Amino acid sequence: MAKLEYAEDGRILFTEEMKKEYTVLVPQMAPYHFDYLVYAMRSEGYKAELLTSDDYELIHEGMKYSHNDICVPAMLVIGQFIDALKKRKHDIHKVALIIAQTGGGCRASNYIKILRKALKKAHMEFVPVISLNAGGLEKNPGFRVRPRLIHKMHDALLFGDTVMTLIHQIRPYEKEKGACERLKAEIDKDVEAYYQHRFPLTWGRSKRLCDSIIERFQAIETEKTPRPKVGIVGEIYVKYSPLGNNRLEKTLENEGVEVVIPPLYDFFLYSFDSRAHDIKRYGGPRRERWILKFLVAYIEFWRERTRKKIEKSGFERPVSYKKLKSLSRGFIDVGTHIGEGWLLTAEMIDLIEHGAPNIVCTQPFGCLPNHIVGKGMIKKLKNHSPQSNIVPIDYDTSASKINQLNRITLMVSNAFRNFESERG
Amino acid sequence: MRMEKYRVGIDIGSTTIKAVVLDERDNIVHKTYDRHMSSISISLKAMFERLEERFGDIPMRFNFTGSAGLSLAKHIGAQFTQEVISATTALGHHVEGIDVCIELGGEDAKIIFFDGANIEQRMNGTCAGGTGAFIDQMASLLDTDAAGVNALAKNHKKLHDIASRCGVFAKSDIQPLLNQGARKEDIAASIYQSIVNQTVGGLSQGKKIRGKVAFLGGPLTFSSELRKRFIDYLNLEDVYTPENGEVFVAIGAALEANEAPLRIEEVIERIKAYRRRHKDTIRKTIEPLFGSEEEYEAFRKRHEKASLERIDVGAYKGNAYLGIDAGSTTTKMLLIGENEEILYEYYAHNRGNPVDVTRRALLKMYETLHEDIVIKKAFSTGYGEELIKNAFRLDGSEVETICHYNAAKYFDPEVNFVVDIGGQDMKCFKVRDGVITTIILNEACSSGCGSFVETFSESLGYEIKDFSRLALKSRAPVDLGSRCTVFMNSSVKQAQSEAAKTEDISAGLAMSVIKNALYKVIRAHDVKEEYGDRILVQGGTFLNDAVLRAFERETEVEVTRPAIAGLMGAFGAALLAREASQPANHSTLLDTEELENFSYDTRRATCRKCENLCALTVNIFGDGSRYISGNRCEKGAGIENGYDELPNLYLYKYDKVLSYRSDPDKDYQKTVGIPLVLNMYENIPFWQPFFEALDVRVVYSDRSSKKLYEEGQDSIPSDTICYPAKLVHGHMESLVRKNPDFIFYPNIPFNFNESPHADNHYNCPIVAHYPETVDANMNHLDLKNFLQPYLTLNDKKKFVAAAQKALAPHVNVTKTPLKKAFEAGMRSYEEFREDVQKEGERALAYAKENNLNTIVLAGRPYHIDPEVNHGIPKLIRSLNVVLVSEDAVNHLAHEDRLGVLNQWTYHTRLYDAAKAIKDMDRVNLVQLVSFGCGLDAITTDEVQHILEEHNKLYTQIKIDEISNLGAVNIRLRSLLSTMEKEADDHGEA
Repeated sequence: MAKLEYAEDGRILFTEEMKKEYTVLVPQMAPYHFDYLVYAMRSEGYKAELLTSDDYELIHEGMKYSHNDICVPAMLVIGQFIDALKKRKHDIHKVALIIAQTGGGCRASNYIKILRKALKKAHMEFVPVISLNAGGLEKNPGFRVRPRLIHKMHDALLFGDTVMTLIHQIRPYEKEKGACERLKAEIDKDVEAYYQHRFPLTWGRSKRLCDSIIERFQAIETEKTPRPKVGIVGEIYVKYSPLGNNRLEKTLENEGVEVVIPPLYDFFLYSFDSRAHDIKRYGGPRRERWILKFLVAYIEFWRERTRKKIEKSGFERPVSYKKLKSLSRGFIDVGTHIGEGWLLTAEMIDLIEHGAPNIVCTQPFGCLPNHIVGKGMIKKLKNHSPQSNIVPIDYDTSASKINQLNRITLMVSNAFRNFESERG
Repeated sequence: MRMEKYRVGIDIGSTTIKAVVLDERDNIVHKTYDRHMSSISISLKAMFERLEERFGDIPMRFNFTGSAGLSLAKHIGAQFTQEVISATTALGHHVEGIDVCIELGGEDAKIIFFDGANIEQRMNGTCAGGTGAFIDQMASLLDTDAAGVNALAKNHKKLHDIASRCGVFAKSDIQPLLNQGARKEDIAASIYQSIVNQTVGGLSQGKKIRGKVAFLGGPLTFSSELRKRFIDYLNLEDVYTPENGEVFVAIGAALEANEAPLRIEEVIERIKAYRRRHKDTIRKTIEPLFGSEEEYEAFRKRHEKASLERIDVGAYKGNAYLGIDAGSTTTKMLLIGENEEILYEYYAHNRGNPVDVTRRALLKMYETLHEDIVIKKAFSTGYGEELIKNAFRLDGSEVETICHYNAAKYFDPEVNFVVDIGGQDMKCFKVRDGVITTIILNEACSSGCGSFVETFSESLGYEIKDFSRLALKSRAPVDLGSRCTVFMNSSVKQAQSEAAKTEDISAGLAMSVIKNALYKVIRAHDVKEEYGDRILVQGGTFLNDAVLRAFERETEVEVTRPAIAGLMGAFGAALLAREASQPANHSTLLDTEELENFSYDTRRATCRKCENLCALTVNIFGDGSRYISGNRCEKGAGIENGYDELPNLYLYKYDKVLSYRSDPDKDYQKTVGIPLVLNMYENIPFWQPFFEALDVRVVYSDRSSKKLYEEGQDSIPSDTICYPAKLVHGHMESLVRKNPDFIFYPNIPFNFNESPHADNHYNCPIVAHYPETVDANMNHLDLKNFLQPYLTLNDKKKFVAAAQKALAPHVNVTKTPLKKAFEAGMRSYEEFREDVQKEGERALAYAKENNLNTIVLAGRPYHIDPEVNHGIPKLIRSLNVVLVSEDAVNHLAHEDRLGVLNQWTYHTRLYDAAKAIKDMDRVNLVQLVSFGCGLDAITTDEVQHILEEHNKLYTQIKIDEISNLGAVNIRLRSLLSTMEKEADDHGEA
């Protein structure tokens, strides 16, 4: 069994030996992407496993082991981990956890520390926690973010975003119910196989798979009875995670609208770009800035290719990162880097301008950045675009669903009314 | 004739079902309004049966509306229209030219703005729910009903400040007012005013409520005084209150009914099916409290043991000792004999008048006594200890925690953890070696859990005893969350609409109260391990067996619950009275005759001795003696003393910061306005000299006050943000009035890097970017001269470049003078920091020299604002304690290891301050936390951890717009009495 080794600051390291022996548990944070990220990790030799449980029990565990005033993403992720560990599906001496650490000015950067505190309280402090970060916050000998893994993750995000974008545009209109879901299951298998290939990192293969995803979605038969579009923006966890937002995507689709969720990749680009921006504005290593700039440009090159293909295939293409950034002009400074920062505001503007003025702005109860970049911007957006129909919803483990649903229903009712009056 | 000439609108709200039948000419031919109590489907069925009686089983078009109708309508396949849409339709149909509509319901508040074709609808945030339910609860506090509150409010003379964030906070403000003897009439009107503030503050968000305003919903329809408060506060002239206001939304739904008609029988059938189906669906349920009848028996027997002997008073001769616990909702009294026999006990609701209740209780006590019983001493404790002591001439009083510990020790000498859940508050403390170490008191959010269960059971028509007995039988308790009673209330409503059984709700509530106590207040994942296994539980709420069981379940500890669980404070006070008695003396307690002639009057006054402007309640007793409450410091009580000498860093810093002023006699080329908000309190020593060097006069916004806050409150976009941030809006309003050439409020994402061991040096998201919120939400102000550049103070070159660009429209200078100005600013700022640190060191030395206790009040720079700290620094001074701020001692810390990511400068100071005092004697830290500060969820845990590692007490005070200092007082006095005890032990050892 792997020996426990400690870093200078006292945390347990994830060693190379552990890489072979340990199962790495990954919390489900964004259902279209995380499956693929796990495939990518597995192909790099990690025994990664996605936590999909959404039992009611895990909320209880989260509450028990974390500060009650901590926001719902932390509570749910910690709950999900502890719940999984307690159920002892794995030998808990052969399990590690992985969690993303953004390093920004919001409390999310502290989740990893809170998770460790929770583990300690639960007498499982021997479970190593891996930080997945871009800023070099914590390092582990057994988990090195090598270029190959980075590239694989890049593919995962790209595929995930593509599938998500297309499914949202097709599922409400599919002739044969369930066609999209079936296709997605097929694609999931293809992506898994994609990573197992001997030479996973040829651009040609990535390109081909991406194109084939788009083509196969295009082949699904639809009947276009137009529906109003409703966008989902917000804090990154409750925006994407069905566990965090009480299955908002499904709720909305059941109400008969087309859901639009902006791509996850933009959040990563925003994180890199923010760092580059801060270096320029407040000082810091220039070299890092150039690397980040290059990274953003490189990723955008690949994303633009996909977006073009999406457009050519007759679908609505997501806007480019550059365009998105320019949209925030006049609303909020692009120096706002707390939480989702200007990106959240820009996504709302993009939605309003692209036929989805109906928006659910999701945030954990008590989320600080959202006071400013979410709720704080609604009035300005409304002044600028009177057709905007934005409802801010707070998510909390104690909040009653009916309350949320009632507000969403109001927004959806207005969406339908505006939609119908526009169509005459 | 068409078959379906009738359209029916059914509005199912959180507490009521309203139905309206319209004929083809839109006339109302039938309307009903019922409280649905616990079961919506039953009430609904009854309503439909009445409909059938009246109209026969004919087809009608049905349309449901209202929050509780949402899922029901879906399940029975009927039409549903969201309630705000219904209201909008009804308004559009009935009246023209409405500009704004305010609708208050049992659970939700809504505002609709009509602006031509553009209709904007808003609903309250999750936090501010339950208006109607709130009025019901407040009514029961005032010992009346909703109509009674209205009647009382008519005769009000004065309005009190009552927090408007939510019902829980408001209640925390009202309780002490009741205890201080404020007039019920004034309180009733103030309750309405707080609803007005909450609605305006939470929902208008920058839109002015003016023009023709419609009032809808139960509370606004039935309460003329609530309408009046809105009219007065908003200066409304044209108001529309519809004839059928209570069913108005149902009318809207009826107007919207356009789906296929249904026969009434059919709807009833579907409702029945819905009920049947719903019974079987699995809700979020938790384990039942008891597995079997035997389990309950064993449980009951076990708890019977902890009780005192009750004896016949007639047979008793000798000394007796009295304890009075003047709690927040109830008055408790216990007279014990020499061997702790119970001679007399009393427990009653204050019903808003604790003095009167106590007087009657004392008279009743005297009736039962005879002359062979001598009351040797009488002590009081609890919220109203001082008032009662002064009113009835008791011999002494003691902080409630100490009383509780004394009482607990009696039942279990080895007790190491005491948990008290009263009606309003929770108190817990850990005991180590006979000394209370950690004291945990709930903060505002967790208030009122105990009394919530009680008022809720009353609202269902149950006695609390019967209600709790129901819970014991529950097989599938409903999970109702644990954040606070506002959230619980809305979860209950949801459960009711899903046809949950009352017994399951009762058990669920018991669990929620306990979970709130364990995970929110005590914050222990394993009480046994962290606090000990000899636990005593007390407080009226634990007399509810369901709550007791829930506690044992959740902690897995068999606890002691004395039969006098509700009287433990009084018992402790009586024990202390006995300890303090001397053979020769009798108690000075008023005798029967004096009690009978007892009269007292209360007057309200405002203390004008400083900017806190404390609202005083002056109690004047029959013998001419006075007791003043509501004051923060001794000055309000009319006592002048020498405490002004005591070093007090908060007062020192506030004066110091405001002393950075431009020269009044000098001619400057320009004037800049700087708001006195958030990080500006820290950075003014930089900005004023900076602008001075550029020949710019600096004017500040007015000092913070409640009034200033109210001026800006309608542009606050988020009701859950912290109070210091909300105040920014008022400051901006006041600054614009001063008409400076430009207003300067920069975004500063990165703070100074003060501590080499910190991981980063961010400002908190709110501090860093609030200027953006001002810009986006205050466009009614002329903000074209509002500068909100992004700046760093860490890099001269970067600063100069950015400042030059930002200031260019108003102050056009080259880089060199800017550099000089920056240097002047930095010099001044550094001097300021050094000065504060020196004053901190002087304070510590002073305390040592004079043998005084010191409290490090650890907050943020903006906590020096008296409107934010509510005069707590003065309160501390009046306790004869030296006060030091976190930024005056943080430089004394040397360690670095932390369990959290140390990435915010102001918070790094907190950690460092905690480390700095770890080895100092008679120095303790109290953390000041603003409600809504998400970062403090992290910092409080860590600061507590640092302190406890070094055997220091951790005390937290959560502040918001609430200005009630009762709870703060208890916290501080408990802390001090423990400090004294420790100092004594230290002296002896």
